[in-house]
Amino acid sequence: MVTANELLGGVLAKRPVGATGVMSWITTIDHKRIGILYGVTGFIFFILGGIEALLMRLQLSSADAGIVSPEVYNQLFTMHGTTMIFLVVMPLGAAFFNFMIPLMIGARDVAFPRLNAFSYWMFLFGAILLNVSFLTGGAPNVGWFAYSPLTSDTYSIGQGVDFWILGLLVLGVSSMAAAFNFIVTIVNMRAPGMTMMKIPVFVWMTLIISFLLILAFPVITVAITLLLLDRLFGTVFFDTAAGANPLLWQHFFWAFGHPEVYILILPAMGIVSEILPVFSRKPLFGYTVVVFSGVLIGVMGWGVWSHHMFTVGLGPVANSAFALITMFIAVPTGIKIFNWIATMWGGSIRFTTPMLFSIGFIGMFVIGGLSGVMHAVAPSDTQQSDTYFVVAHLHYVLFGGSIFGLFAGIYHWWPKITGRLLNEFLGKVQFWLFFIGFNVTFFPMHFLGLDGMPRRIYTYSEGQGWEFWNVVSTVGVFIIGLSLFVFIQNVVRTLRHGEKAGNDPWDGRTLEWSIPSPPPEYNFAQIPTVTDRDAHWAAKYSEGPDGRPVPKVQGAAQEEVDTRNIHMPTPSYYPVLLAAGLTLIAGGLVSHLVVSVIGGILALFSIYSWALEPATDPDAHRDHGAY
Amino acid sequence: MSRRLFSRRWLLIVGLLSIVLLLISCTPSHPQSTFDSAGPVSKSQLNLFWVIFWASLAVFIVVIGILLYSVVRFRERPGQGMPVQVHGNRNLEIAWTVAPALLLTAIAVMTIRTIFDLNTPDSDNPLEIEVIAHQWWFEAVYPEFNITTANEINVPVGRDVSFKLDSDDVVHSFWVPKLSGKMDIIPNKTNTLWFRADEPGVFFGQCAEFCGIAHALMKFRVIAKPQEEFDQWVAGQQAVAATPTGQAAEGALVFNSKGCIVCHTITGPDTVAVRESRKQAFLDGNALTHAPNLTHFASRTSFAGSIMESTEENLKEWLRDPEEVKPGNRMARLAGAFNDPTMALTESDISALVAYLRSLE
Repeated sequence: MVTANELLGGVLAKRPVGATGVMSWITTIDHKRIGILYGVTGFIFFILGGIEALLMRLQLSSADAGIVSPEVYNQLFTMHGTTMIFLVVMPLGAAFFNFMIPLMIGARDVAFPRLNAFSYWMFLFGAILLNVSFLTGGAPNVGWFAYSPLTSDTYSIGQGVDFWILGLLVLGVSSMAAAFNFIVTIVNMRAPGMTMMKIPVFVWMTLIISFLLILAFPVITVAITLLLLDRLFGTVFFDTAAGANPLLWQHFFWAFGHPEVYILILPAMGIVSEILPVFSRKPLFGYTVVVFSGVLIGVMGWGVWSHHMFTVGLGPVANSAFALITMFIAVPTGIKIFNWIATMWGGSIRFTTPMLFSIGFIGMFVIGGLSGVMHAVAPSDTQQSDTYFVVAHLHYVLFGGSIFGLFAGIYHWWPKITGRLLNEFLGKVQFWLFFIGFNVTFFPMHFLGLDGMPRRIYTYSEGQGWEFWNVVSTVGVFIIGLSLFVFIQNVVRTLRHGEKAGNDPWDGRTLEWSIPSPPPEYNFAQIPTVTDRDAHWAAKYSEGPDGRPVPKVQGAAQEEVDTRNIHMPTPSYYPVLLAAGLTLIAGGLVSHLVVSVIGGILALFSIYSWALEPATDPDAHRDHGAY
Repeated sequence: MSRRLFSRRWLLIVGLLSIVLLLISCTPSHPQSTFDSAGPVSKSQLNLFWVIFWASLAVFIVVIGILLYSVVRFRERPGQGMPVQVHGNRNLEIAWTVAPALLLTAIAVMTIRTIFDLNTPDSDNPLEIEVIAHQWWFEAVYPEFNITTANEINVPVGRDVSFKLDSDDVVHSFWVPKLSGKMDIIPNKTNTLWFRADEPGVFFGQCAEFCGIAHALMKFRVIAKPQEEFDQWVAGQQAVAATPTGQAAEGALVFNSKGCIVCHTITGPDTVAVRESRKQAFLDGNALTHAPNLTHFASRTSFAGSIMESTEENLKEWLRDPEEVKPGNRMARLAGAFNDPTMALTESDISALVAYLRSLE
């Protein structure tokens, strides 16, 4: 059969080969390399979003400041929110899904390796498309929630909103593809013996998040597509002059937006649920309860969206219903917190950096959770909504929660990913700076909100009494910046000179610690057979009569496996080309339609070539190099 | 010092510190503090806040206390060996499911009662005021008295005031922290809100929903006056403006010749038809929009979305360069006086206009 490749000849005629070099990264379909790409990209955008935040904090550090113009300020908070959510927390979570899930379930790759690469490139190109708007005369300036009708072409002239829509459409494809991939991977590719109630909690949380993604993203996709049609082709879905009700957009947005909050926090909860047992040397307390409270949060997360809309006039019945469900989502959340503490109770706690970040996560998340319950009290929330109190709350959840959890994961799995440990002293310095800087930045925002300072204002006048806590908050940002500087130092130093990790530096409990660091391309020379929940722990220890672990006498060395017989999927050009084609289609709508046509042709070519090439090239003779 | 004493003292410090911080940081004297209720609505919202605040603080101290205790108590010690591998405990799970649920039920009951309590005004005969939000100012209409004013809403002390909230363009939010929590103002949807000022005073408000470039500068004031003073104010607003004389008369001519009159009404209340026709003209892309009614401009203490005190100097600054004072505002963007060089205001025009505006008692 003649494939598209053979027809074309030339550059694309051969499958990409070679295990090193830029091309090997662009064409890689190895879940571990893709995980690293997600992680590095996410971290770069973390710095970018942080700079946006810093500029806003400088502007707010005094009354009537003129550091940035109102137009730029509005672009900054829109892009800060959009960046931190879609380009930082989600991809950093995805970095761990990619790298760790196959290792934790004893698989050699994800179910659809090329689709996995495609997800990454869609994410990267979508992120670039979104940020290109800074260079083409104005980034989106309507807030990450983009309330209608401010987004209509009457009130938002210019292309900022179009860039925002198209960027999110591209990012949505990325998230959907990744979510399907992980569902299939987790359901189908577990090692023999690993039943659903034996998979690590992080894998469970990934599964829940994946379902939330495939249910939530269609909602926002519909909403932004309608908005795009309004803006580009003159439809009137959100045109108030034609009688549209602006609440339609708000319901759309928050029906996506609130599940999205759980998409952002559940990875951190999963990570912490892995780390606490390792450094307490005890299994997770109440595994089943933790898993099902995660499921319950995922389900209840669909019934609380209107708590973002307590002040839109839905009436007392609707407000009461949403207040009630919102309050009771605190129950499964509280259960998790109690189980984490109970995991540490009676343990033998080692204060490593990942453990410090995990304990910090619990503390900060308790504060964010409690202020969340305060917001559920609808009547008093009408004083707090759209003030800095909300800004404080959401940062305690998404920064004190998600980002702390992600940093815990970085320190915990870094040795597995790179083969070298991060420096513990620098790690602890970073933690304490991060912890202090975070609280100095965000705790005063509670006060500002209660003192009547609204969100999304680029300036305030003297006499409001808001200067002091704004200055304190701005100082905190510099402490966070210093902390990140220490982190980067740590990374740069230890990548070359760090202590070698070995297979299992932390005395870990799950399967990823049973293989070399960094893992070989095929992960497991032999697919393990799982009998226990903490599979690797059970291989190392048996439970003594007093319930304490007793090291097992190591049996004869495992039989050498001839890894040359392991067939891994072959790298491919088409995921990145398809992603480029689809992004060009979107880019054409904000530049020239010719670009869309070129993108369409490229996408069509890539789809067919992808479909016609075998997943594993029978002619490929490759050594299994490390990345 | 025993460990127990240490942890109790620690809890005390955290508790006291958070209260002290809260007190010094949310000073009631600040103009938009939510801790200085001047009426029943904000008071009832504040009461609920305190209930949930103390409950949260208690939960925080208990949970963080247990967290810190277990972190300190169960830290690794040399020669201690491996801990017992406990997998869970059903009774504990039930306990920490039921206890928070009970606490939340109590809060939920109070919450829902208050939601319904605050839904309608206490009295059957509230003063009705219509508020129409515009990018970036508030218009207030008193149907009972046939008055139109802007950015400053006068209300009588002790009488319930019921607001009908409408928007002329995008979503805004109506918020006077000392009198009531906020209610969004949404085009094509009339929302309602009520409050009562129990004491006279000037209460500061601000738009709380992001509404475009000048969102930060969309403020307003509620001025609560004793009934007699309020009645005088109403009478003043209903009076026909005096004929301008001297420099003010000159200003009146400028007001007409430089096109101010296209958007600003100076001859009494605005009719719905005038407002709608100006709005439509804006949507059609014409260089005009509906702007604040200036009939009794001089009776107001502030202008430009209530961001400036109404003094001669401030008015001149505003008329020289409105874009500088309030970036993005529609007058700077649309008015001929600021866009058409042949229509530009001279310094003597500005002096005359200010004299005229300040004569509009």
